[in-house]
Amino acid sequence: MATTATTLKNAGPATGSRSFFAKLRDGDEIARLVTLLFATTVVLITVGLVWELWVNSVLPRQKFGLHFFVTSVWDPIMDQFGALPFIYGTMVTSAVALLIAVPFGIGAAIFLAELAPPRVSDTLQFFIDLLAAVPSVIYGLLGVFIVVPLVRTLIYPALNNPFGYLPIFKGPSYGVGFITAGIVLAIMVIPYIISVSREVLLSVPRDQREAALALGSTRWESTWKVVVPFAKTGIMGSIFLALARALGETMAVTMVIGNTPKIAASLFAPGYSIAAVIANEFTEATGDLYLQSLIALGLVLFLLTFVLNGLARILIVITTQKGSEVRG
Amino acid sequence: MSNGRLRWRKFVSNFMLAMTGVCAFVSVLVLFFILGYLLFNGGTSINWDFFTKLPKPVGETGGGMANAIVGSGKILLLASLMGVPIGFLGGIYLAEFSGKGMASVVRYAADLLNGVPSIVIGIFAYSLVVLPFKHFSAYAGSFALGMMMIPITLRSTEEFLKSVPRMLREGAMALGASKWKTIATVIVPAAYRGIMTAILLALARVAGETAPLLFTAFGNRFESHGWSQPTATLPVMIYTYAVSPYDDWHRQAWAAGLVLLGLVLIINILARTILSRGIAVPRS
Amino acid sequence: MQASAKPEFSVNIVTNLTTPASRETAAALPMRMTISKVNFFYGPKQILFDINMGIADQKVTALIGPSGCGKSTLLRTLNRMHETVSTSRLEGEILLDGQNILAQDVTALRRRIGMVFQRPNPFPKSIFDNVAYGPRINGYKGSLADTVEKSLRHAALWDEVKDHLHKSAYELSGGQQQRLCIARALAVEPEVLLMDEPCSALDPISTAKIEELMVELKNLTTIVIVTHNMQQAARVSDFTAFLLIGEIIEFSPTPHLFTTPTDPRTEAYITGRFG
Repeated sequence: MATTATTLKNAGPATGSRSFFAKLRDGDEIARLVTLLFATTVVLITVGLVWELWVNSVLPRQKFGLHFFVTSVWDPIMDQFGALPFIYGTMVTSAVALLIAVPFGIGAAIFLAELAPPRVSDTLQFFIDLLAAVPSVIYGLLGVFIVVPLVRTLIYPALNNPFGYLPIFKGPSYGVGFITAGIVLAIMVIPYIISVSREVLLSVPRDQREAALALGSTRWESTWKVVVPFAKTGIMGSIFLALARALGETMAVTMVIGNTPKIAASLFAPGYSIAAVIANEFTEATGDLYLQSLIALGLVLFLLTFVLNGLARILIVITTQKGSEVRG
Repeated sequence: MSNGRLRWRKFVSNFMLAMTGVCAFVSVLVLFFILGYLLFNGGTSINWDFFTKLPKPVGETGGGMANAIVGSGKILLLASLMGVPIGFLGGIYLAEFSGKGMASVVRYAADLLNGVPSIVIGIFAYSLVVLPFKHFSAYAGSFALGMMMIPITLRSTEEFLKSVPRMLREGAMALGASKWKTIATVIVPAAYRGIMTAILLALARVAGETAPLLFTAFGNRFESHGWSQPTATLPVMIYTYAVSPYDDWHRQAWAAGLVLLGLVLIINILARTILSRGIAVPRS
Repeated sequence: MQASAKPEFSVNIVTNLTTPASRETAAALPMRMTISKVNFFYGPKQILFDINMGIADQKVTALIGPSGCGKSTLLRTLNRMHETVSTSRLEGEILLDGQNILAQDVTALRRRIGMVFQRPNPFPKSIFDNVAYGPRINGYKGSLADTVEKSLRHAALWDEVKDHLHKSAYELSGGQQQRLCIARALAVEPEVLLMDEPCSALDPISTAKIEELMVELKNLTTIVIVTHNMQQAARVSDFTAFLLIGEIIEFSPTPHLFTTPTDPRTEAYITGRFG
């Protein structure tokens, strides 16, 4: 190091040609490196997560290969593991949830975006955001003590007596089952559909609605035939988001689905979902194949939500951009 | 002809619009119903015992959830200490130092992490913190919850830092402040409220999580000393008690549910109203 | 297209026309719409002050004036579009064929008074479905294809799109989209067509095409146009009203207003001294 003192503290050649150690003395460079370290940590964690999932599910992959996805036997004693009952249960409960939540959620979003005055709309949205913050174990609690008896004493008789011959309404009901889980899930995902759809509807340009009204449409016609179709892609995005949430939902489903690894046509039958079986059996899994099969299920769940979330985000971005650039 | 049709169309319009109003109000009513039901069923069980006593042996009535409350507190504290700095400093990097390429990679990773179902995060924490040490621990639970806090903290820090007006930055730099000094003394304080709001919302979210704790912190009928023992937490207690066959446990589950919900809602309301007056609140 | 009634109108409309010659001309013309003693407010703020004028049947009436003078606001009251804003309040009378539009059902009214907006705003549907929208919701029993073709021809767009009716409206250029919006408005056979600065977002060639169109459309319907382009008003309109800060300063046949304006403020505006 030169012995000549310089009058300016950080005087020297431009950054590019300074030595590494000289750079380290620069506070800005330290800050950059430190924050870079933490930012990289985020990436490492995510990569690590996928890596751990993959590596720790190697046994079922080796033993069953792709058959894992189409076998419906889940027998820990015989070391036979198939993912089908859980995939089925996850899909059925999500489908029921969406069937209930989508009309409800879009209806509410239409009210909030098109009809309610801004103050009312914002206040209601505030409460809906709070609803989205309710922990899932609380929904499970209410599911166990309110929805299960409701299904057993009200919904089941209402559907089974007249329509019991249909495969989806057949059989006895213990209160728990696919339909119960679907109902609880529906209540849980409605806030997501409402929030996103409301934003998307609010971003539709005013003169779309005005053009419809100017042609002699009623308010409902202008909303349903023009505004909602304009926001269609974003609303689809909100549905994908809700679906992703429903797929990963664990506690509330575990508490009301019946925890039976069987495929059944009836909505009133007990079943199982991917997240529920992991929650229930993880700590009791004896043997590596058992545990790793559960981890394999976790990987499946991860992939499903990954794809759905990605699609959802793309769809939402497309719509909110469309509103600002549709001019020819 | 046209008059009758017009009347029908107007009727349909009024009817459908009324239906949408019903959907909206029913949705909001659910929130109050949940609160009311919990108050009704759990309100009477909230007493001093609940907060101070340990759980009684299986089958006996009485006792409390002191260990679960303490356990939740411990785990949330450690989770914040793990997750918030990573998210915060990573966010600073994205807002102040990074180039386009690195920024998109980090953001993408954070978004991915955010969308991972909480039970899968639990699996991850299990394989990293439980498996190698062969026992459940508060560390593992904190790790899982901490990971979940990272994405929200990261994105919000980045957004709020970026939204600090250029004038403030340039004012500081014109006075000769180096970049990191500007960040520490001017930019971060200016973005403070938004970032705090996001952190509180993230905290409220993980406070209610049960699934990732099931095989990380696991649970404990007794107090856990230190951090490397299985630890009871409020959400897991609620779950265990709710699915049990004992009426007394059900009663306690309602009380615990009320406490947990109350905590989560209070944090949310405070963060969304007082703290974030005038700022756009991040959607979870 | 129902035959335009020849309603009687109240004398005070005519006396607002500011030259004797114009009053005579106007007296001989039937008025499709009459606007009497109209005051308009957004909340506490008054935007329009004592508006009195008439819209002559099968003629083009232009509303001109500097930005903020209230011409668009006035236009929007004619099909009660102002009601989409909750704080708006209208006093006075607006008659269509002698009947107060404020007392009628608004949905039925808006079928009779059409509107073309400042920026083209086709629906996210095909070209065909855009034009067919109006007839469809009104329960039109005849051939939709014929109506769509007729409207597109009236809007001078048919030849350009006849082989692409199923394509999305957004694939058209700006000028074509605006003509599509005109066709869409014409499809319900309105008695009056309101146009709010229809060419302001378009290039000169498209603008010229639409101005040609307006002259022909007079035969089908009555037109009221808001424009900030005075030359345009001079070219296409039969009557012009000049507004300033919410009041009608002058209202007369177009040639008179532009060559021999009565009010000094009108002259100042049209010679470009302000606005």
